Amino acid sequence: MALSKNVCVLFKRCFQNKLSFKYLSTHSQPPIFPGAKAEWTQKLEFTGTHSYSPLPIYQVLDQQGQIIDASEDPKLNSNILEKMYKDMTLLNVLDKILYESQRQGRISFYMTNYGEEAAHIGSAAALTTNDVVYGQYREVGVLLWRGFTLPELMNQCYGNAEDKGKGRQMPVHYGSKNLNFVTISSPLTTQMPQAAGAAYALKGKNRVVICYFGEGAASEGDAHAALNFAATLDCPVIFFCRNNGYAISTPANEQYRGDGIGGRGPGYGINTLRVDGNDPLAVYNATRKAKEYAITESKPVLIEAMTYRVGHHSTSDDSSAYRSKEEVDHWSTNQNPVNRFRMYLQNNNLWNDELEKKWLAEARKNVISAFEEAEKRPKPNWSEMFKDVYETMPDYLVKQMESMQKHVEQYKEHYPVKNYSK
Amino acid sequence: MATLSSTPTMLNLASKASKLLSKRLFSTTKVATAKQMTVRDALNSALDEEMEKDERVFILGEEVALYDGAYKVTRGLWKKYGDKRVIDTPITEMGFAGVAVGAAMAGLKPVCEFMTFNFAMQAIDQIINSAGKTFYMSAGRVNVPIVFRGPNGAAAGVGAQHSQCYGAWYAHCPGLKVISPYTSEDARGLLKAAIRDPDPVVFLENELLYGVQYPISDEVLSKDFVLPIGKAKIERPGKHITIVAHSKAVETSLEAAKELAGKGIEVEVINLRSLRPLDFNTITASVVKTNHLISVEQGWPTCGIGAEILARIMESEAFYHLDQPAIRVTGVDTPMPYTKSLEGAALPQVADVVKAAKKLMKVK
Repeated sequence: MALSKNVCVLFKRCFQNKLSFKYLSTHSQPPIFPGAKAEWTQKLEFTGTHSYSPLPIYQVLDQQGQIIDASEDPKLNSNILEKMYKDMTLLNVLDKILYESQRQGRISFYMTNYGEEAAHIGSAAALTTNDVVYGQYREVGVLLWRGFTLPELMNQCYGNAEDKGKGRQMPVHYGSKNLNFVTISSPLTTQMPQAAGAAYALKGKNRVVICYFGEGAASEGDAHAALNFAATLDCPVIFFCRNNGYAISTPANEQYRGDGIGGRGPGYGINTLRVDGNDPLAVYNATRKAKEYAITESKPVLIEAMTYRVGHHSTSDDSSAYRSKEEVDHWSTNQNPVNRFRMYLQNNNLWNDELEKKWLAEARKNVISAFEEAEKRPKPNWSEMFKDVYETMPDYLVKQMESMQKHVEQYKEHYPVKNYSK
Repeated sequence: MATLSSTPTMLNLASKASKLLSKRLFSTTKVATAKQMTVRDALNSALDEEMEKDERVFILGEEVALYDGAYKVTRGLWKKYGDKRVIDTPITEMGFAGVAVGAAMAGLKPVCEFMTFNFAMQAIDQIINSAGKTFYMSAGRVNVPIVFRGPNGAAAGVGAQHSQCYGAWYAHCPGLKVISPYTSEDARGLLKAAIRDPDPVVFLENELLYGVQYPISDEVLSKDFVLPIGKAKIERPGKHITIVAHSKAVETSLEAAKELAGKGIEVEVINLRSLRPLDFNTITASVVKTNHLISVEQGWPTCGIGAEILARIMESEAFYHLDQPAIRVTGVDTPMPYTKSLEGAALPQVADVVKAAKKLMKVK
């Protein structure tokens, strides 16, 4: 149906231009193929990565924390800047304690965020809590920014009775309906087409969806579907790629051959920004611009934040098997986003050694206390195990649950009922 | 009575195969001298030998080369065979499964590793619609000799999306062969057979068994050793009840059999090894002898392997030999809980099998 309509339009156009097929000359008339808007050429040559310069990397701060071009200063007020820095450093404190707790066998799994603090906080600060987040799994900074509390984080990692996820997911699979942060899903890249779908549903509502993903995830077929659907359906979504150089052990140069992930954006007809992911102000500006465009034009934007995963992929990984200590050290010292931002704040008299010392002590204390509290809390009530497979509990499950209720009541001295919430 | 009968049973088992024995009968010289091999090494040696034997065999998947595989099954193979034959791919299951299908169509013999079978869901169209059906649709002109392998079934502490058995899913599909090995012998003999097989084979390993050692004979260590696809193994003979299981559920069944032997119930444990083709003759022969049947599997009950076996028994002459309705012992009909205690409860345990057996035999 659609095809025949297009063909009719083409024919009509030919005749309106007073052309007959006999005289139709490809040299004098521009091409009218429905599949591309382009010019004719008589030169046969490849178009490839050599045909364009790679996308430049947008920066605001230099390595010493100085603003390079004053006109790019987002002029954030000091409260915002301080919160950004505190959340970045809190993330480090949190990671250290939870990583070690996994090593001690107190939680089963963990993933750190080292090296990507600026990408999380810079992007989160440019959005409001009303905007919807689809994360991959390494975006805890975004949650911290939105006000996800330390107890909430710890309760999830422990899967205790206070965990909103009722202990049903592995650690780091956070989610918060109030904060519009969609619960993390383990299989890779499922979040990308879903984010396009959510943005489609939120069109015209003055809200944007941000979808985080890694350069490895961008290899999944879902990534292609997501970008193409978002473009063709005009979805107000920001696809935010954290290009951190490694997908577990696979380095970026084995993951793709083009100009990163950003290089793909124009191919999908998506406006694209490539940004220094270790520069929180650059990430902030890029995300703010992306949001404005996505909402006013109702179109997707692709942001590629160039960064480096300083930590191991997860507690199941040992990255010394595939990269050198020198390489990691270079990034964690010379290119550290937290240090760079701290220098910026100090340059502007917004931070100093004394404040640093005081804040880190406070952060550590808060994290440890939330951690200890979470460890002590009881497990979810046993009846939860029958719930939530279906919205309405099927009769056979109701029967099982009632029978267990009677059984546990009758023989409660044989069950560790005190370990479970009432 | 129980103590008296349990000793000879355990000794008898020692010559069979059980990792438990090496722990419990540490003084038995026979076990101490028997060669042991982990399932991981069994798979690794099978891959190595088949790559050495046939230049067309190559491995592809995520992290299989430099990193030796997420579960180290391909350890050392990249060093030995190089980039040409052990290939790290980008993270696109549909992509590298499709590349494997194409390479097989063009005459190579790919071994396609999925980091786990949970991620093979991304590639299911290539596995079923392309690998599984091309031979038929090309009227027998294009065969697709691939092995899709990786860990399957419940792992530990990884929650609903990373812990499930796909045995029944693949066994459902004509065109595929489906293998679910238990011991190191199974893993070695069947992986070698799978690689040599002209058809696509789905090879379902178990993460929790990778590090387990099993006794292994010189015959099994021979480079020429292969096991027939589609043939089950009687792991333990018995006359009262037939238990049919695959993969880790065989372990559960053998432990239950040992416990039941102490109560005078002799269980015959059949390790299916292949889920498709299913060795129905071995099952019926056993049922005709024992008159009682239990199936044990970690997968869900609905449309599961046990459901298939019980249905086939119902349709066969063997049905008339049953003294009691057969019983399925399966994983619980729920997404896998993350909580450790519930995760255990969601999987068939020795006590569940013992209970089913006692119910059949009408004993307390």
